[in-house]
Amino acid sequence: MVLDFSIIPGIMPALMTGAKMTIELAAIAVAIGLVIGSFAGIARVSGNRVVKIIAGTYVDFIRGTPLLVQLFLVYFGLPTLIHRPVPAFMAAIVAMGINSGAYVAEIVRAGIQSIDKGQTEAARSLGLTSAQTMRYIIFPQAFRRIIPPLGNEFIAMLKDSSLVSVIALEDLLRKGQVVITRTFRPFEVYAVVALIYLVMTLAISKLVSWSERKLRTVG
Amino acid sequence: MKRLLALVCLSSLVVAALVAPGVGAAKPVLKVGTSADFPPFEFQDEKTGEYLGFDLDLIRAIGDAIGMDTQIVNTGWDGLIPGLMTGNYDCIASAMTITDERLKAVSFSDPYFSAGQVVVTMAKDTKIKSVSDLEGKSISVQIGTTGDLVASDIKGVTVKRFNLAPDAIQELRNGASHACIIDLAVASQIAREYKDIKYGAPFTMEYYGIAINRSNTGLLKKINRGLAMVKASGKYDEIYDKWFAGN
Repeated sequence: MVLDFSIIPGIMPALMTGAKMTIELAAIAVAIGLVIGSFAGIARVSGNRVVKIIAGTYVDFIRGTPLLVQLFLVYFGLPTLIHRPVPAFMAAIVAMGINSGAYVAEIVRAGIQSIDKGQTEAARSLGLTSAQTMRYIIFPQAFRRIIPPLGNEFIAMLKDSSLVSVIALEDLLRKGQVVITRTFRPFEVYAVVALIYLVMTLAISKLVSWSERKLRTVG
Repeated sequence: MKRLLALVCLSSLVVAALVAPGVGAAKPVLKVGTSADFPPFEFQDEKTGEYLGFDLDLIRAIGDAIGMDTQIVNTGWDGLIPGLMTGNYDCIASAMTITDERLKAVSFSDPYFSAGQVVVTMAKDTKIKSVSDLEGKSISVQIGTTGDLVASDIKGVTVKRFNLAPDAIQELRNGASHACIIDLAVASQIAREYKDIKYGAPFTMEYYGIAINRSNTGLLKKINRGLAMVKASGKYDEIYDKWFAGN
């Protein structure tokens, strides 16, 4: 089989629209995940047993089942229950956001638990309530520590977003597959697709190390 | 010394493996690529895991006619032609329409089945009667199928491409697409299952062929000869009746 990269310029516009979709999906999903995950992560270390159990169950269920299955459940399953279609993009960000939230929750929990107990004790003895302690003392310090793992989560989500092809959303990978069914050039197309993913993930890791430097405190 | 002994053992094994196919009376194997998600042409039995369907019965009969054992390789539809080109199997029997586009990449046997695409809609739909009513609508299809290619050429449509034909139908039944374009035989099979959908008369005429690597002209001739034999012996009609009787 002879390789023929001359088809690449012609298919780039299609792949770029796909890449845009991939970035949108990953960014929105991680944003939703960050909100859900922060609450769930704090809930995991909360003193309230009920809250703790709910957050724990959520994390266990989401991390214990494949994202692909969750996507199918939301997209094909939910409409039969609510008797109306769920738009594919909506289904994707809901499933991916909830999925990401579980991983972010674990990152947040680990971040909070990594802050020395003395910080809490000092804050409480200064008269702060436990909510205030979390809000002003613990969480800001924990946040700095969780930046790198959050960057990892974003990269993982960007790559996992390729699963949305099964619900007919045309992300980067899906655009590539559509092109292949027209050109029968799998190697050339997948190679370019992989390269575009690589450029995107490298850009994110650069962004993460930049923000790490920005947030670093002296002393 | 040990290493030398190992080397001798290994090389004798390799020689044995190379010679073996010629020694035994075993028939040569014809590897057949298929996307087993397209009943009644090709699908997998839920219980036994066996590959069944019109295409597979036909290719097995052709194999018998030309003295080859068949081995089915199940692959996703969009990877079928690339897999043939890289040599994962020798031919494709997977309800594949002979098109000019595909002929640029692979060879096809003589046609063995004539089919057409139909528009599937919800039974209660009164607005979409034919393909000309689909302009600007959203259409669900299976990726890379003739239905996908036809739908992609209609003006202003949103084409929703799924990996599996049943997913494309489910999209329609969930109310997320206006219509689904799919092979007549598949539509009739699925409409038996779901009473809430209907389909019109075929609006394309097309022929299925067995795809073979372009460089493999020997196999192309053999398969054409086998197909002719299967048709002449009445075996073809037997297989046809088995899968499409009563349609």
